[in-house]
Amino acid sequence: MEIRVEKIRKEFDLYPALHDVSLKIESGELIALLGPSGSGKTTLLRLIAGLEQPTLGRIFFGEEDASYKTVQERNVGFVFQHYALFRHMNVAQNVAFGLTVRPRHQRPPKAEIRRRALELLDMMQLTGLEKRFPNQLSGGQRQRVALARAMAIEPRVLLLDEPFGALDAKVRKELRRWLREFHDRTGHTTVFVTHDQEEALELADRVVVMSQGKIEQVGSSDDVYDRPNSPFVFSFIGESANLPVSVIDGTVHFHGQSTGLAAQRDGEAHLFFRPQDVSLVEEGPGLSGPVTSSRRLAGTRIAEVELGSAKSPCHVEIEVPLDASVSNGTTLAFRPTRWKLFY
Amino acid sequence: MASARSAARWHWKTPSVIPGFGLTLGFTLAYLTLIILIPLAGLAWRSASLGWSDFVRLVLDPRTLGALKVSFSTALIAAVVNVIFGVVTAWVLVRYNFPGRRIVDAIVDLPFAIPTAVAGIALTAIYAPNGLLGSHLAPLGIKVAYTPLGIIVALIAIGLPFVVRTVQPVMQEISREVEEAAASLGASRLQTIFRVILPGLTPAILTGFALALARGIGEYGSVIFIAGNIPFVSEIAPLLIVIRLEEFDYGAATAIATVMLVISFLMLFLINFIQAWSRRRFGHAQ
Amino acid sequence: MRNEHFRNPISETAPVRWALILAVLAFLALFVLLPLLVVFTQAFREGWSAYFSALGEPDAVSAIRLTLLVAAIAVPANLIFGLAASWAIAKFDFKGKAFLITLIDLPFSVSPVISGLVYVLLFGANSVLGPFLKSHGLQVVFAVPGIVLATIFVTFPFVARELIPLMQEQGTGDEEAAISLGANGWQAFWYVTLPNIKWGLLYGVLLCNARAMGEFGAVSVVSGHIRGLTNTMPLHVEILYNDYNIVGAFAVASLLALLALLTLVLRTILETQYGSELSATQKH
Repeated sequence: MEIRVEKIRKEFDLYPALHDVSLKIESGELIALLGPSGSGKTTLLRLIAGLEQPTLGRIFFGEEDASYKTVQERNVGFVFQHYALFRHMNVAQNVAFGLTVRPRHQRPPKAEIRRRALELLDMMQLTGLEKRFPNQLSGGQRQRVALARAMAIEPRVLLLDEPFGALDAKVRKELRRWLREFHDRTGHTTVFVTHDQEEALELADRVVVMSQGKIEQVGSSDDVYDRPNSPFVFSFIGESANLPVSVIDGTVHFHGQSTGLAAQRDGEAHLFFRPQDVSLVEEGPGLSGPVTSSRRLAGTRIAEVELGSAKSPCHVEIEVPLDASVSNGTTLAFRPTRWKLFY
Repeated sequence: MASARSAARWHWKTPSVIPGFGLTLGFTLAYLTLIILIPLAGLAWRSASLGWSDFVRLVLDPRTLGALKVSFSTALIAAVVNVIFGVVTAWVLVRYNFPGRRIVDAIVDLPFAIPTAVAGIALTAIYAPNGLLGSHLAPLGIKVAYTPLGIIVALIAIGLPFVVRTVQPVMQEISREVEEAAASLGASRLQTIFRVILPGLTPAILTGFALALARGIGEYGSVIFIAGNIPFVSEIAPLLIVIRLEEFDYGAATAIATVMLVISFLMLFLINFIQAWSRRRFGHAQ
Repeated sequence: MRNEHFRNPISETAPVRWALILAVLAFLALFVLLPLLVVFTQAFREGWSAYFSALGEPDAVSAIRLTLLVAAIAVPANLIFGLAASWAIAKFDFKGKAFLITLIDLPFSVSPVISGLVYVLLFGANSVLGPFLKSHGLQVVFAVPGIVLATIFVTFPFVARELIPLMQEQGTGDEEAAISLGANGWQAFWYVTLPNIKWGLLYGVLLCNARAMGEFGAVSVVSGHIRGLTNTMPLHVEILYNDYNIVGAFAVASLLALLALLTLVLRTILETQYGSELSATQKH
């Protein structure tokens, strides 16, 4: 099911949570809404589900305008951050709930409901737990029961709010891979919210980066990591350094010194680059300054270099070869090999 | 080392650096024994000294059975009414914001604080045939005061807070996520309430019901003014105890009291059972 | 474009909401507020002077005095018990704790008439202790000591019930910290525990006091209804009411109703000011 969000605005007590957000989600896609807390990602997910009412704007499920549909009518599978399992029902009853509350003429017979619940539990590798109550399950098991319950109603789209947020690191990694496989097998259009960039980049077909109620960038993992289109995305995703520079006569200058980097447009700007995208230079223009500290990080060495004047120093971290001499006080000169200017 | 550890496991109290355990627990147990347990044991002992056949004869006395029946049936009806209105009241107080909510919340506690005799004479003044409401009900053929209906009215008035105050805190803890989950699975609002919210509240509701019922069976002050106290019709068991005492018939008073005490213990047992069951099932206390 | 007819999925529609609110208000008005109102309208139905002369009557004055005396003994006794019990139960872990709490709750589910009866059976004329007490010139039943005992029995759980959940919620960390800093047990209680529970304690005492002054059934059984001697205020209300002295009965009743109102007003103020320090999970 393709989903289109058109110019959605959401205000909570006059405080805007979403500013005119538009987004198109292709059928069968696995999409991550990524952003810091307060960026509006959960609000967007809840608006798609019909749990919130947009102040302005429209939401389409395929060709159908779903803006005025209630959550019951939208037929979405929603997995809540804390799973929201019904604690007085056992696992099988939880999974069957969506089918048992259907109006009589749409409700499958009891045996059929039970068969489908058990089939889903089997798919979620929960066979044998159907008689357990939620408080007798581990976090990972609860998560999968919540997913099975959402899938039982054959939803048009699967929405997950911080699906791995409440799990410990090891279970989280396992479930992440498992969700990817599950998605590939069923082909459901799936949207999940996360504040964990690693999770988003690893799992999603496309990542929607959000900040302060706006979509900053939509793209594949490669797009948002390698070609960030805003200072926010550049600094939010991965490590990055940020220097205030000015472009004079087509060359980037830092503190009055040419860096040897060429630019199209003159003016004040911010230079962004990643620690690994630099090369040390022996001579010629570049950025240089004394090393203030260095540390070994797995297979690489990171050096912190102080740039600019002593009065207003800028500290940046760069990756250096393991054999480079980077004792404190040594002057390092380098030039970014991949970089971006934001005016 | 191993023996020391197993010795610690058998200890009946977890060690603590905080002092005063012996003093406070000792005082608690002594006071509890003197004020509550010895007097209650005295009642049991007096009842046992009646002998079995005398005890049975006194309990099976038609007037005694009639009084127990009146007490139990009126308390049951009142507790059912209180459960319905108590749950609705708790819901309104927890979920809705309306002007004066805090005041309404305080008013719910009034029956706890107001003396039963005061409530009793006030209700009688309202529902007596010449009273504020009674005078309007009389032409319709509805008699409240001096009938079992009057007892029920009094027990409703004093029992409400038991249900509200047991259900309210549990209701406060229902996460909105659970309700949203039910809605997203297609449940209508009524289905969410009756299949998700109320079943989750069942232990609290049953506890509140049992508390209101226990209180209703034993209630005296608010009932005797409005009841009319006609034997076999509107005479409650606690009043019959008082009547037997005034006749210096200690045996009969003891026998009725023992039956009522057993009912109280059963209720208490039931409440504790519900709490333990809900802790096991739902993984948290009420 | 604004979606006016959107239904919040986890709330009722406005008409249902208002219907429920009105139903609750009507129910409370009918069963709780109206009786309270009637107490005052009946008390003042013959004017202020009749009201005050009813209260100034010697038997009324002695009933008020006795009620104050009984509360002055019963409330501190149950206060000390409540503090001791909640300290033992909330600050320590021991076997049989749940059973102990059940025992403390016991008077809630015992009929007040039985609470009085047990003392009559224990200390009355035809009890085991009766002849012994009589030969030593001690009278418990049909006298003030019996009234005090019955009142203590009935109001026994109030302070403890208020404090136990509150102190359990606050845990033992603060006291352990105080002890590790060199405080002794009394200092830990006085400087660390008490400031944290004072508002809950105050409400427990207020409620205990309201119930102690208003207790009817238990006191009625042990008092013997001797006018001017063993009549508390609620018993005096009964006597006046049975004598068809309506103004007198409701005048004395109005004092008790006022006390109840005052208790709840204080509670509401405490809850607004110090909400987190009052336990929300009380049951009585």
